[in-house]
Amino acid sequence: MVAEGPLIEFRSVSRRFGMQEVLRDVSFKIHRGESVAIIGESGCGKSVTLKLMIALLAPSRGEVLLDGRSHRERNEKELTRERLRFGYVFQQAALFDSMSVEDNVAFGLRQNTNLSEHEISAIVRERLHEVGLPPSVCAKKPAELSGGMKKRVGLARALAISHEIMLYDEPTTGLDPIMTDVINELIVQARDRRPITSIVITHDMVTVGRTVDRVIMLYPLPRLGPDETQIIFDGSPAAVFSAADQRVFQFVHGQAGERLQELALK
Amino acid sequence: MSATLTTHDREGLITWIGKLVVDASVAVGELTLFFLDMLVWLLTHLPRRPVLFMCMYQIGVQSLSVVMVTGGFIGMVMAVQSYDQFRFMHLETNLGAVINISLVKELGPVLAATMLAGRVGSSMAAELGTMKITEQIDALRVLGANPMHYLVVPRFLACVLLIPMLTVMADAAGVFGGWLISTQVCGIDSLHYWNHTEAYIGSFELFSGIVKSVFFGAAIAVVSCQRGFHCRAGAEGVGRAATEAFVYSFVAILTVDFFLGIVANGLYPWLVK
Repeated sequence: MVAEGPLIEFRSVSRRFGMQEVLRDVSFKIHRGESVAIIGESGCGKSVTLKLMIALLAPSRGEVLLDGRSHRERNEKELTRERLRFGYVFQQAALFDSMSVEDNVAFGLRQNTNLSEHEISAIVRERLHEVGLPPSVCAKKPAELSGGMKKRVGLARALAISHEIMLYDEPTTGLDPIMTDVINELIVQARDRRPITSIVITHDMVTVGRTVDRVIMLYPLPRLGPDETQIIFDGSPAAVFSAADQRVFQFVHGQAGERLQELALK
Repeated sequence: MSATLTTHDREGLITWIGKLVVDASVAVGELTLFFLDMLVWLLTHLPRRPVLFMCMYQIGVQSLSVVMVTGGFIGMVMAVQSYDQFRFMHLETNLGAVINISLVKELGPVLAATMLAGRVGSSMAAELGTMKITEQIDALRVLGANPMHYLVVPRFLACVLLIPMLTVMADAAGVFGGWLISTQVCGIDSLHYWNHTEAYIGSFELFSGIVKSVFFGAAIAVVSCQRGFHCRAGAEGVGRAATEAFVYSFVAILTVDFFLGIVANGLYPWLVK
């Protein structure tokens, strides 16, 4: 049974690492089928937000709800089951060094399905083909791949199982413009092929323009006033490009503004 | 200069001791929780065979040569060092008993475990630490695998099952090394050498060393994996995790050896009648 209400909800979530607070009282909702980009400067807590969604991290305060139920109410076994609803493309691909590309992509299938090795092998080749990689990469180790290939293998691994929610952590960072376009297209295709909810963390405004229909912008806590909320923008991609808020405008258009003066003073 | 402690110095000392006690308690507590968590997984879910066999190959097969070389040299060094002293007392034929009893009861298991803490423990901590900082452990969890079950349980089992076997091989190499130097270099009669060995070494001596090595293997696996899981970011963090894995494993080996020695001495009259 599909629960009513938002698929993912953050209720006044804060997260602290030692003395350093990264997120403070962050609240938002994501509904089924939405494609959301979370943007913001480095260190503003975007990746932490993604890890809180999938319960790889627990909030220091507040609640993260999936289908209206808090992660806190779930035991480890339930959390493991819930995590399988998510596909996760890691920032640095996070491929298993000791395994071949084929074993990396097949890992989730071997772990969670009863498919035969023949069927798994066919799915692996199909997914690799979808991300534009030839079967010859199957036997290679991640160390033998370029950055772009690693990202594509990471994407193939995340897409190997049909997930309900896809999380992309800076999928195009460090890639050349052509490869960026390829990855953006793959994200769009994954969304169009089946009804999934996508959450993309990115600095790349081209990716924002192409892949999502809603944008949330986080602002780093050290730059915020005590009463300001950390989410400084929540709206459509069209609106983010013409935002009145100077902080949003500068980020979207890549303008350092007063930051250059701060650097000059140092 | 006055040697008396000021109030400020005393407070500093008390704070330092307090911090040390708290840090040590936290470290032991974390290690215990880690071990218990691993134990629950071990008792409820056996690891996948390919993963276990890979760990066994890396921990057992690849350590065999280094452990045997170490064992062989320990036996030879003991023979060289002890021969002159025993010759003065005209007890050189007893050398076999002394070398072999030291080897099978104490030196073989402890030095084999120390070598393995250096070779296997550091390597496990560095590998798991790298996996942690490159998000591979997060990737395992995302893909439905529990890192404790997938990474720690097979390493623990491989250490517990294979370190006793490696200890036997180290003992055998040491016994051979000791015999080689004693009989072929020092000229002790081989028959007397083995007769004295047989007179002093029984099943208890032999098995107490092997039983100890099971505990050493467990200590190396738990300490090293725990250090890897708590690795800090960066190359420095991985280096520190590997170093800590060796140092803490070594301390654990000596501590376990001490307490098992007491237990073994207590059991000796009951087991050997």
